[in-house]
Amino acid sequence: MNSDNRFEAFQQYIDSEEKIEPKDWMPDEYRLHNIRQISQHAHSEVIGMQPEGNWITRAPSLRAKKILLAKIQDEGGHGLYLYSAAETLGITRDELIEQLHSGKAKYSSVFNYPTLNWADIGAIGWLVDGAAVTNQLSLRRTSYGPYSRAMMRICNEESFHQRQGYEIMAKMATGTPEQHAMAQSAIDRWWWPALMMFGPHDNDSPRTSNGLRWKIKRAGNDELRQRFIDKTVPQAEVIGLKIPDPRLRWNEETQHYEIGPINWDEFHRVVRGEGPCNSQRMAHHKHWHAEGAWVREAAAAYAARHNTNPVRV
Amino acid sequence: MPHTTNTQGPLWEVFTQKKSGQPFTHAGSVHAFDKEMAIENARDLYTRRGEATGLWVVPAEAIVAVQPDEAAPFFDPSDDKIYRYPTFYEVPEGAKNI
Repeated sequence: MNSDNRFEAFQQYIDSEEKIEPKDWMPDEYRLHNIRQISQHAHSEVIGMQPEGNWITRAPSLRAKKILLAKIQDEGGHGLYLYSAAETLGITRDELIEQLHSGKAKYSSVFNYPTLNWADIGAIGWLVDGAAVTNQLSLRRTSYGPYSRAMMRICNEESFHQRQGYEIMAKMATGTPEQHAMAQSAIDRWWWPALMMFGPHDNDSPRTSNGLRWKIKRAGNDELRQRFIDKTVPQAEVIGLKIPDPRLRWNEETQHYEIGPINWDEFHRVVRGEGPCNSQRMAHHKHWHAEGAWVREAAAAYAARHNTNPVRV
Repeated sequence: MPHTTNTQGPLWEVFTQKKSGQPFTHAGSVHAFDKEMAIENARDLYTRRGEATGLWVVPAEAIVAVQPDEAAPFFDPSDDKIYRYPTFYEVPEGAKNI
């Protein structure tokens, strides 16, 4: 097959909703697009453990602490599912981590905001995980098989995350005036960053078209953002919290909510590394990755000495 | 793709059995340095919500697979034997329970 035909056959295969598997032929750009997207997704899960970890020792009850621990363990697990999916494209775990540390690979900029009060843990579960799961539900149909399977597994677990977050928000919003104020403060600070998680408007997003053509992405950024807004605004009303957007209104004609302009300058600033916690998040990851080196070395030495390992290390 | 040193240990493929009597299905993979670590990592990663009553881990290197570009000719011999299916056969009118 000449190379034009290969590209054409590949596109046809994707258009017929077949999944691409690791050993299938794929264009280099498809491979790189997937590595970039899946690894960014994996890094986001792992870095996302930090703002929540901040509250483990200060959770207000044993119940809350156990739930938070289970949730953070899930996030670590999601990172591992996704790293495994990325590795099937011919990149090693060490390379992926190296790319995170060098800044070549990104993670969701939403995790560069601090968690200032307990309601922030609620806001992360409800809004940040809520936004993430909106994107992930759509990505279950992504064209790369291992990524799609990781998404199905993750979506099953994320619905617990979103509900536990909403429960925290509901409790605080209907609690004492001080608790209500903390809940409102949390939604005031997390609402816009959550909307930014879907990325720039499709017209300003350079990679959207390739991603959609190859069905790596299954819906545009704006469409997904709208889905999230439409389901979240009524949830805020139910628990008596205000969405921090004076221009928010229901459009009877389109049957969708309309929002005010998103502050893209802030978004780009945080992506560039100038958010409130960027350097702290990276320093923490680098530090603990280096601290764990002796564990990896000891495990390799033990396996070599005891010859318990049926495969070459 | 250039490979740097691998500090994560080899890759193991993970198979879970949801209920006894059901087939084991592929769940994903884990890195581990030996069998014990592999099965424990697989438990922690793939069975946090009662997903399994059985668990296998297999060194990824030990799996033999048909390469995608060889798949068509490899599976070809089963293509033209429609008499292997019950629908191939004519059943006389009125015959029941067959």
